[in-house]
Amino acid sequence: MPGRVILGVGNLIMCDEGLGVRCIEELERRGGLPPDVSTIDGGTSTNELLGELEDLDLLVIVDAIASSAAPGTLVRLEGDRIPSAFSNKLSPHQHGINDLLATLQFIDHAPARVVLLGCVPARLELGMELSPEVTAAMPELIERVLAELRP
Amino acid sequence: MAKRIVIDPITRIEGHLRIDCEVDHGKVTNAWASGTMFRGVEQILLGRDPRDAWAITQRFCGVCTTVHAIASVRAVENALQMAVPKNAQYIRNLMIAAHAIHDEIVHFYHLSALDWVDVTSAARADPKATAALAESISDWPHNGVHVHAATKDRLTTQINSGQLGIFANGYWGHPAMKLPPEVNLLAVTHYLQALEVQRKANKIVSILGSKTPHIQNVAVGGVSNPIALNSQSVLSIERLLAVKEAIDDLKAFITQVYTVDVAAIAAFYPEWTAIGKGVTNYLACPDFPLDEKGTKFVTSGGYIPDADLTKLQPITTFGDALLRENVAESVKHAWYKGGKGPLHPYQGETEAEYTDFQENGKYSFVKSPTFAGKPAQVGPLARVLCAVAAKDEAITGHLTRLIGMVEGIGKFKVPLSALHSTIGRHAARAIMCARNVEILEQQWELLMKNIAAGDSHTFEPPVFPDHEIQGFGFHEAPRGLLSHWIVIDKGKIKNYQAVVPTTWNAAPRNESDQLGPYESSLLGTPLADPELPLEVLRTIHSFDPCLACAVHLVDPDKRDIIQVRAL
Repeated sequence: MPGRVILGVGNLIMCDEGLGVRCIEELERRGGLPPDVSTIDGGTSTNELLGELEDLDLLVIVDAIASSAAPGTLVRLEGDRIPSAFSNKLSPHQHGINDLLATLQFIDHAPARVVLLGCVPARLELGMELSPEVTAAMPELIERVLAELRP
Repeated sequence: MAKRIVIDPITRIEGHLRIDCEVDHGKVTNAWASGTMFRGVEQILLGRDPRDAWAITQRFCGVCTTVHAIASVRAVENALQMAVPKNAQYIRNLMIAAHAIHDEIVHFYHLSALDWVDVTSAARADPKATAALAESISDWPHNGVHVHAATKDRLTTQINSGQLGIFANGYWGHPAMKLPPEVNLLAVTHYLQALEVQRKANKIVSILGSKTPHIQNVAVGGVSNPIALNSQSVLSIERLLAVKEAIDDLKAFITQVYTVDVAAIAAFYPEWTAIGKGVTNYLACPDFPLDEKGTKFVTSGGYIPDADLTKLQPITTFGDALLRENVAESVKHAWYKGGKGPLHPYQGETEAEYTDFQENGKYSFVKSPTFAGKPAQVGPLARVLCAVAAKDEAITGHLTRLIGMVEGIGKFKVPLSALHSTIGRHAARAIMCARNVEILEQQWELLMKNIAAGDSHTFEPPVFPDHEIQGFGFHEAPRGLLSHWIVIDKGKIKNYQAVVPTTWNAAPRNESDQLGPYESSLLGTPLADPELPLEVLRTIHSFDPCLACAVHLVDPDKRDIIQVRAL
């Protein structure tokens, strides 16, 4: 069943690490997404998601992206640049997603288009709250996600 | 002259793991397992409502979500001495069996088979010979020539593209790879089929748990699934029949493919039934409760000291004193504040104190748990050995069948002692998977019968007293014994400790400097090439640490950093 998926990944109990999941929660709270768009709170899982990510028209991954840029900075990567981003340790759970994308490709069910939207975290310690920097960046991040869905 | 090798990280999902080995004359002579990520997640729970703990604990780890939810509600229910409705036990049992099957299949095919299977050799195999071989050992209907030819084409395309994709980072062509090309191709075909099959196990969890990867339906006191056979929105007959269909598909794959493939790998790698033994004190808990209070279980548990099955000390009920009284954790070699000796989990503390990696001092974020003062190995092997010791006919039957297949393919005798090995852990996992699918069927029938008898009760509301109480919940998770320990005061969490399977197995040295199971299992392992320590990975992977990744040797100079451009 082709469609579009927004996948938020990350660990909710490591503060900003969970920003991808927080983004999904916010999108679900707001509602009103186009009917062909589903949201998935992927947490830090990988293989469990395989069935839901096959043959998509568009996959938007939202994640925390470690970088020397200032916390709260938004980052966008598309297509071929994504696997190398994940394999270069930009995210603590990178390999899972990288593996998932490679598997989808190997079995010929890769999404037509993959976009990674990230935000540079400020706090990666135990806790369930987002940092002020990431909290401030969230509205813009959500706007960017919604912009990916527009034709 | 001993040489030091460092493999870091072994796991990248959650709880990063580093392994250090000293290698002398081609064999591992000393080893250290180091968890390099602080795991003090319990602190988040302090002061919270115990009814919310399960939802937070299932975020502990990316792979083991369901198991933490289950152990957590069991801990609170134990503290409250609650009875849990039978339907809730059956629904939880169905979820944990399905989750375990998912984990077992994914672990074997997608996380560890490539330690034994050379995909580049598979690309040289003859599909016809592969089909003939497959049909000689299994009735699986999807082993025909065209299936293997399609796999070979797919592999060849991937290899010719210059990028190995999911097969990158493998030790292809390594001298320790021993399978003939046809067996390699067969395994890669089944790797792909396993990707399809694992979804069916996941589907069961999502039908019952409302959602995966994070289930929604667990509650302290039962489950939140309303049962109404004629309703669309709740647990209806239609959904229950979809569960049954998935069970049947899983059973075919497990009996005709997974167990046969494990037997074939064991038959082609007989030397690995004598490598990787390590700690032979085994600890498992019973699981799949059949009554409201958890006094009757489908599977057996207990403690087996020194591999002596006649000395099984059984664990038989929720809250069993044998487990409650004998668990303690040492931080002598772990990066936490200590000085108080090993602490019982109710008194456990999790305050970080990081030093550098000090091989004689502190070197890991993993605490070192002990049972009766000794390290213990947990996991499917402990489970199978407890079952054999407790004369569990179903599991013993699967063991006998598997040994028969290995002997049939390998043409050599396999003694029971071969289980204490790297291959033994894979065999035990396959045996438990075969048993788990039967348990799925059994629990499905029990649930249907109980509903048909007019019982639709799934939840009993918990009531918290205004004084301090404590309790622990155990669950025999895919990776082994998981226990959550909770102290509750006036309805709020006062202390919380999770002693997870990987903590038992990846433990650093303990208070009396005894090696943990990973460390101990590596001693004596032969390495064909210390620069390419495939053999170390084989043994570590056989424990099923939480990982979904390949491993590389540390090489700080080669770490490239991608340039990201800000929006």
